[in-house]
Amino acid sequence: MIRSEILKEIAPILNPHLVVCNIGLPSQELHMIDDNERNFYMLGTMGLSSSIGFGLALAQDKPVISIDGDGSVLTNLGTLPTIANNATGNYTLLIIDNGSYGSTGDQPTYAGKKTSLTAVAKACGCDNVIEVQDKDLGPVLQDAIDSDEMTIIVCKCDSGNIKLPVITLDPVVIRHRFMEAVAS
Amino acid sequence: MNIDKKIVDDLVANDVSFVTTVPCKQLAGVIDEVENRDEIFHIPSNKEDEGMGLCAGAFMGGKRPMIIMQNTALGVTLNTLATLTQFYRMPLPMLISYRGELREPVACQVEMAVHTKALLAQLNIPTYHFHWQKDVEEFDNILKYTFMSNKPVAILTDANFWGGYGDQ
Ligand SMILES: Cc1ncc(C[n+]2csc(CCOP(=O)(O)OP(=O)(O)O)c2C)c(N)n1
Ligand SMILES: [Mg+2]
Repeated sequence: MIRSEILKEIAPILNPHLVVCNIGLPSQELHMIDDNERNFYMLGTMGLSSSIGFGLALAQDKPVISIDGDGSVLTNLGTLPTIANNATGNYTLLIIDNGSYGSTGDQPTYAGKKTSLTAVAKACGCDNVIEVQDKDLGPVLQDAIDSDEMTIIVCKCDSGNIKLPVITLDPVVIRHRFMEAVAS
Repeated sequence: MNIDKKIVDDLVANDVSFVTTVPCKQLAGVIDEVENRDEIFHIPSNKEDEGMGLCAGAFMGGKRPMIIMQNTALGVTLNTLATLTQFYRMPLPMLISYRGELREPVACQVEMAVHTKALLAQLNIPTYHFHWQKDVEEFDNILKYTFMSNKPVAILTDANFWGGYGDQ
């Protein structure tokens, strides 16, 4: 499965919850599949999806899911020790590991070669790290959201993209409606 | 006056309750003070752009955030300041040790000091420079201004403000 197929499958699981979504195609795909005010779309700032979602999870009690990419986690590897050492049960980090920088044309990342993000996350001190194959993600994600423990999911999948328009929502609108959803 | 305590008193009085830090020798006292206050959640970050991401999330979660960092970190945070903090219009007070200014013992620090104010000006970031201890009296107003305007705001604090380096 490619990322857009995965997002289509898990959209109903994500829908009731606060979601911070990675820059580029992941946000464009989520926006197309199920745009709603509980989604925070990153329009730039590659690497910070996990940090933004984690700050949000620490600041309030609702469940938060960060959708991240292997390339973006690699560019902000320092996030994993911070998350591990300040764990909060309402946080789930979903890394869609397609082994490539998808949004820029599927150039290979090191996560698709010798580097295991699952092993990296464990070595950083994350207690619940689950590596899962794309087709098996749904129940694993639901369990992670429902459980009281923080979970890092590394979802291995194929690289590949569909053609999509960019998000034209104004960033302040995205942020404002998201904050209203957080506070509601 | 204990400026570390005064700064953190002002944070608490302004309801700043989520603080991320990357250390600098000059900031050691204020970081200790942040760590020891019950009203503040202190989360050290590994890189300052990561810290700004945490702050953005905390802000959207209803908390008032703050970052404490060294001016050399401006180099690694420009993209985040422009495409996250400013693009989405979020407030972020940045208490910054202004290394490489008068009384600096380490020559390398001067190399980012000469760019610090120019970079902040290029980003249209309101910037205040604390040189004398009494300048800290403005801190409370700067915090209010930051959360009024929904912008990142820089408070540069040089070695003279912190009382120099002692014998080096
Ligand atoms: C600092 C910076 N460098 C490069 C880019 C270009 N860029 C945007 S998305 C992206 C790929 C992200 O890859 P990954 O996190 O694996 O997500 P995927 O698209 O594969 O799901 C890159 C390199 C950028 N936006 N910012
Ligand atoms: Mg990828």
